[in-house]
Amino acid sequence: MTLQRSLLALVLAAGFAAPFAMPAGAAEGAPEPPRQSWSFSGPFGKFDRAQLQRGFKVYKEVCANCHSLSLVSFRNLAEPGGPGYTPAQAAAVAAEYKVQDGPNDAGEMFERPGRPADRFPKPFPNDNAARAANGGALPPDLSVMAKARTYERGFPRFIIDIFTQYQEQGPDYLVALMTGYEDAPQGFNLPAGTHYNKYFPGHAIGMPNPLNEGQVTYDDGSPTTPLQYARDVTAFMMWTAEPHMEARKRIGFQVMIFLIVFAGLMYFTKKKVWSDVHGHA
Amino acid sequence: MTATSSAGHTRRDFLYIATGAVGAVGAAAVAVPLISQMNPDASTIAAGAPIEVDLSPVAEGQVIKVFWRGKPIFVNHRTKKQIEEAVNVNLASLPDPQPDSARVKEGHANFQVLIGICTHLGCIPIAHSGPYDGYFCPCHGSVYDTSGRIRSGPAPTNLALPPYQFVSDTKIRIG
Amino acid sequence: MSGHSTYQPQSAFMKWMEARLPIASLIHSSFVSYPTPRNLNYWWTFGGILSLMLGAQILTGIVLVMHYVPQETMAFNSVEHIMRDVNYGWLLRYLHSNGASMFFVAVYIHMFRGMYYGSYKEPREVLWILGVIIYLLMMATGFLGYTLPWGQMSFWGATVITNFFSAIPLVGEAVVTWLWGGFAVGNPTLQRFFSLHYLLPFVIAGVVLLHVWALHVVGQNNPTGIEPKSSKDTVPFTPYATVKDGFFMVVFMIVFAWFVFYTPNYLGHADNYIPANPAVTPAHIVPEWYYLPFYAILRAVPDKLLGVIALFASILILMFLPWLDTSKVKSARYRPLFRQFFWIFVAVCLGLGWLGAKPAEGGYVIAARILTIYYFAHFLIILPLLGFIEKTKPLPNSIEESVLGHGAAAPKKA
Repeated sequence: MTLQRSLLALVLAAGFAAPFAMPAGAAEGAPEPPRQSWSFSGPFGKFDRAQLQRGFKVYKEVCANCHSLSLVSFRNLAEPGGPGYTPAQAAAVAAEYKVQDGPNDAGEMFERPGRPADRFPKPFPNDNAARAANGGALPPDLSVMAKARTYERGFPRFIIDIFTQYQEQGPDYLVALMTGYEDAPQGFNLPAGTHYNKYFPGHAIGMPNPLNEGQVTYDDGSPTTPLQYARDVTAFMMWTAEPHMEARKRIGFQVMIFLIVFAGLMYFTKKKVWSDVHGHA
Repeated sequence: MTATSSAGHTRRDFLYIATGAVGAVGAAAVAVPLISQMNPDASTIAAGAPIEVDLSPVAEGQVIKVFWRGKPIFVNHRTKKQIEEAVNVNLASLPDPQPDSARVKEGHANFQVLIGICTHLGCIPIAHSGPYDGYFCPCHGSVYDTSGRIRSGPAPTNLALPPYQFVSDTKIRIG
Repeated sequence: MSGHSTYQPQSAFMKWMEARLPIASLIHSSFVSYPTPRNLNYWWTFGGILSLMLGAQILTGIVLVMHYVPQETMAFNSVEHIMRDVNYGWLLRYLHSNGASMFFVAVYIHMFRGMYYGSYKEPREVLWILGVIIYLLMMATGFLGYTLPWGQMSFWGATVITNFFSAIPLVGEAVVTWLWGGFAVGNPTLQRFFSLHYLLPFVIAGVVLLHVWALHVVGQNNPTGIEPKSSKDTVPFTPYATVKDGFFMVVFMIVFAWFVFYTPNYLGHADNYIPANPAVTPAHIVPEWYYLPFYAILRAVPDKLLGVIALFASILILMFLPWLDTSKVKSARYRPLFRQFFWIFVAVCLGLGWLGAKPAEGGYVIAARILTIYYFAHFLIILPLLGFIEKTKPLPNSIEESVLGHGAAAPKKA
């Protein structure tokens, strides 16, 4: 019976064995991205407000030149579980942007300052314009980027990940990518207009090295290194991808406590009900 | 029945009641998101933020219609004659007595701003029509004057007023 | 649904009702007084768990439809709108997407339990076949639902799966064009998939009713595989089975909640957070985990048409299981040889699942071919032969005897 039990446990465990071939971002020959330490990992993980604000600064000053953030609204910046701006600060950020509106009574489109309800405007009017300005490569939207990239975990780690809740493959990959630029090795045929990146699938990436020492000024004394920038902007992208993560984990803990208590009560009720049946404990 | 078995009964009853109560709490908790999701979502609430309307292009005698939170807002640039008529009404004769001054902003009696939704069953009344040159609801024949007060027909109350202020003499902020 | 009723209407209204629509006595006989074998173990609670999951999926699905837009330029963003703006939208969406996986976890346990204890054998053949039909409908529903977020995996999954039908000789292309409503997967495909995804769960619910009806006609199997002979072998469904099912439902909910709240994207694919792009195929197309064994079988066969046939045959062969298994003894408890082959079969299915996620190249293909052959051999060779060569253990005389030990009445434990 014990053998059967353990086999059944295996059935269950492997039944959950879902996506061990996770394609996006995983490539033959690319090294595994190093694990980063994230404030938002684990069952009680929360975003680091200061980090999100720094990351937003990096996005605004560096990434936003080419990458859109089209699913995020200015008002989100002031919502709970986010970077912790006040509604007035979020409105001030919105007002810095020009947003196209219209048509007006004369039938013309016009530009006006952004409002909290507006989404972040795109840097290019359409995808083809973005391609044309970037040597044919389309800079992807960053709204859900932290969930849209991963790397293969392989057996048995993909099973262990269920229990350790390791799910930051995307953020780890993004940090590795942004800091993974180096000279192409001897004999590597780098196509024109691309750049060698250790972690990018196929290594030839259209995006040039985006982050340089001291490029963005931080007012909180954090180091102004490319690695710090990469971590901060990645944390910001994790928040844009999963803006309700903190609420999810908080409610999750409450639900877990409730279910465990309820299961205990159900167990004893079941025992009591069955106590008058012969042959059952 | 012995004392011990009745004590056992009490314990059993307590267990059953506790389990049932916890289960009921769980069911109620499940209902919360299912019900709450039908309330206006964050983008709808954000889109309902106050709007500003420039009144300078509205000529005397003209009614414009703007939308705020999905509701039609009528802005009526009233003529002197209309204002006089609205002011000089015997309030006792009105189904929902309200002086005209309570329905406009002080010093801006020429602009009548109201929510253009009939208080009967939600149709949109037609401006500049009906016996009082006010509003007439085509659905069930409610008649409003230029102040938006109900004068006859099935509607129970006057047309509602949106929250708004004048930010300048020719600009209002609705919401 | 069968005549076990001891229901006596009490109030005048219930008497009046009983004479016109005897629904109270139907419920009473089906879910209260209905006799269930007293020796059912926790593997038998998954039927109830499956009903719960079906209800939960329908409920969260109906609610999601209030916000989702089945249109190719808006589908992806409407799902993100649910995740970001709708009150508790992230919760409802994660409940629905992880609920599909949990539904399949439960159905696989339910099916393997049926196989282990021989629950498909006489007189439960129709019950089993109805179950296979439910499983097929679930697979169709799950596939249709996975296309709706219109991410890269949605789009390319839909393309690959619908291309199965292009293997049909002569009319294949025409059939696929008809399925798509165009010359490639596009907006018409999305809209019809949405329509069918909404429809099929109610079809499932209908077949579930038939499944439960058939169950209540023939009665539940039990770990001994011998039929109840007297009332000593059974207990009333309520409260005994209800409370036991209820307890394990809550335990199952803990696993479900773990995924929903803590690793909500673990069972999905990162690529599906990239909006559908008809110009770029993801590097590795992988279906949802619950289809992986069948996907491995498809890719193990080097011929397109034969691969598709093998895929469908591997599912449809389950329909013939009641007749392929020739043993008169139901439960694996008394079938030492079958028990070993059962676990090998489970391992083969898991192995096929693992291979289904691997790239179709080199050693993986060879392994998939060996396991595919074994999969079919299990049904077509091993099970028919076992019935003739296996020496089964002696069966107890009754359920009661097996529970209480041989012969003598054991003292009450409690």
